[in-house]
Amino acid sequence: MTGEVAVLGAGMHPWGKWGRGFVEYGVVAARAALADAGVEWREVGSIVGADTVRGGYPGYVAGATFAKALGWQGARVASVYAACASGAQALDTARAQILSGLADVVLVVGADAAPKGFFRPAGGDRPDDPDWLRFRVLGATNPTYFGLYARRRMAVHGDTVDDFAQVKVKNAALGALNPNARYRKRVTAEEVAASAVVADPLRLLDICATSDGGAAVVLSSMEFARRHGAADPVRIRAVSTVTPRYPNTVLDLPDIATDSAVAVEPAAGTFRASIARAAYEEAGIGPEDLSLAEVYDLSTALELQWYEDLGLCEEGEAAKLLREGVTALGGRIPVNVSGGLASFGEAVPAQAIAQVCELTWQLRGSAGDRQVAGARVGITANQGLFGHGSSVIAVR
Amino acid sequence: MSRTRTPVVDGWFTGDGEDFRLLGTRCSACGSVFFPREDAFCRNPGCRGGELAEVPLSRHGRVWSYTDSQYRPPSPYVTDRELPWTPHALIAVELESERIVVLGQAVPGITVADLTVGMEVEVVPGVLHEDADTTWTTWHWRPTEVTA
Ligand SMILES: [Zn+2]
Repeated sequence: MTGEVAVLGAGMHPWGKWGRGFVEYGVVAARAALADAGVEWREVGSIVGADTVRGGYPGYVAGATFAKALGWQGARVASVYAACASGAQALDTARAQILSGLADVVLVVGADAAPKGFFRPAGGDRPDDPDWLRFRVLGATNPTYFGLYARRRMAVHGDTVDDFAQVKVKNAALGALNPNARYRKRVTAEEVAASAVVADPLRLLDICATSDGGAAVVLSSMEFARRHGAADPVRIRAVSTVTPRYPNTVLDLPDIATDSAVAVEPAAGTFRASIARAAYEEAGIGPEDLSLAEVYDLSTALELQWYEDLGLCEEGEAAKLLREGVTALGGRIPVNVSGGLASFGEAVPAQAIAQVCELTWQLRGSAGDRQVAGARVGITANQGLFGHGSSVIAVR
Repeated sequence: MSRTRTPVVDGWFTGDGEDFRLLGTRCSACGSVFFPREDAFCRNPGCRGGELAEVPLSRHGRVWSYTDSQYRPPSPYVTDRELPWTPHALIAVELESERIVVLGQAVPGITVADLTVGMEVEVVPGVLHEDADTTWTTWHWRPTEVTA
């Protein structure tokens, strides 16, 4: 077990399609987090930016870009890219700086202005890039992978498309309660069933959209938090940023094939399951201790997969957990009470930070209508391309 | 005027008709198989690395899962925007002797309605698209009970 760091402040720019630049979203989120923490920007010893990937340099050097926009004040800086796990790795970097004594207070910021439609690889002819190859050779978009996982669950575990739709129904009802969410309307199973098929068996309302948005947190040492008058802050107890183990035998973005298991027997448990396991081990807790979870519901079916990978239930029993209302607000372990990516959409570098914002508000008891009663322990789970995956555990 | 037949990626497949095969590589030290081919280093963390020799993969496998893309995929996938979009089924296929899952498009005419998880399929030569000078070739998965 490692030491803890305090979450002094959390802030967001509301998500949507606003048509402005990612720097603006990040600065609004950063200022909100600083105000929430009661910390002046000049007091911040380090800034870590989660990178967005757009043409030109500023997106790739997010830390310094946000620092410049907030006003150069000499802080230490880092910029982190790990696709969808960028925000979690930015948090991990900030935490390591605090625990090692390199910085007392760190501002972590992620923001994006997402392009319309499918995510796609950067331009040019690049046959050495697996992400380029899956588009060029197969036309395999992100939703096609989500479709493969969904169909596999139907075949192996007996999940139905209505089970998937019920995930959307649950998350949309929660998103309707969240002022930072992009989609704030309840959705019915009939509406999901009536939406167009994107990647069989998944429909438009099973798959999360792309959005603009920003999220930020202010982390500090426990010592700084005490001096600052925060005697009992929300604390981060684990950030697992693990890689898969060879052979990785579940087909994953953006690969065209799995590792072969012909020479080496695969480890028990998948990569996704190992992400949570590492976090539990680091935090010294288990799934039975959780009050809530925020997971990457890139598709409705993928949310069900996370129930099993987080150990909320046995393999194959996720749909049962959902049907019994265990993961709804008021259930034993509510999942995605923020509304999830179903209600926010993807703003890639911001979303793993936004998950931690939600945990912070929930653990403080300040989440309003979507408050999980008596929340003490929360977990997040996210996954990026190329074997990036992270889980954050926060406690109060 | 005849077009040149060019593989969409060099060295991933070879042969015609019954002799068509996906090509991977195999590590001489640990026996690990790689597709797409690894030509530089063995990726088994417990292996000090051996020669990576080209090896043809099994022709037959079983459907691990399948889906399609009902919306036109973005570039670099090449499509004719003048024509209405017709989706390809995409099939992830488990090859038993290599213990690997390989994704590929289904042969034209096969839709998700024709597929089930566990169904046997075979690899066949296919055409990805054609332009003025070139027929870009690829691999397709075809259910063995179907003659489409
Ligand atoms: Zn080897």
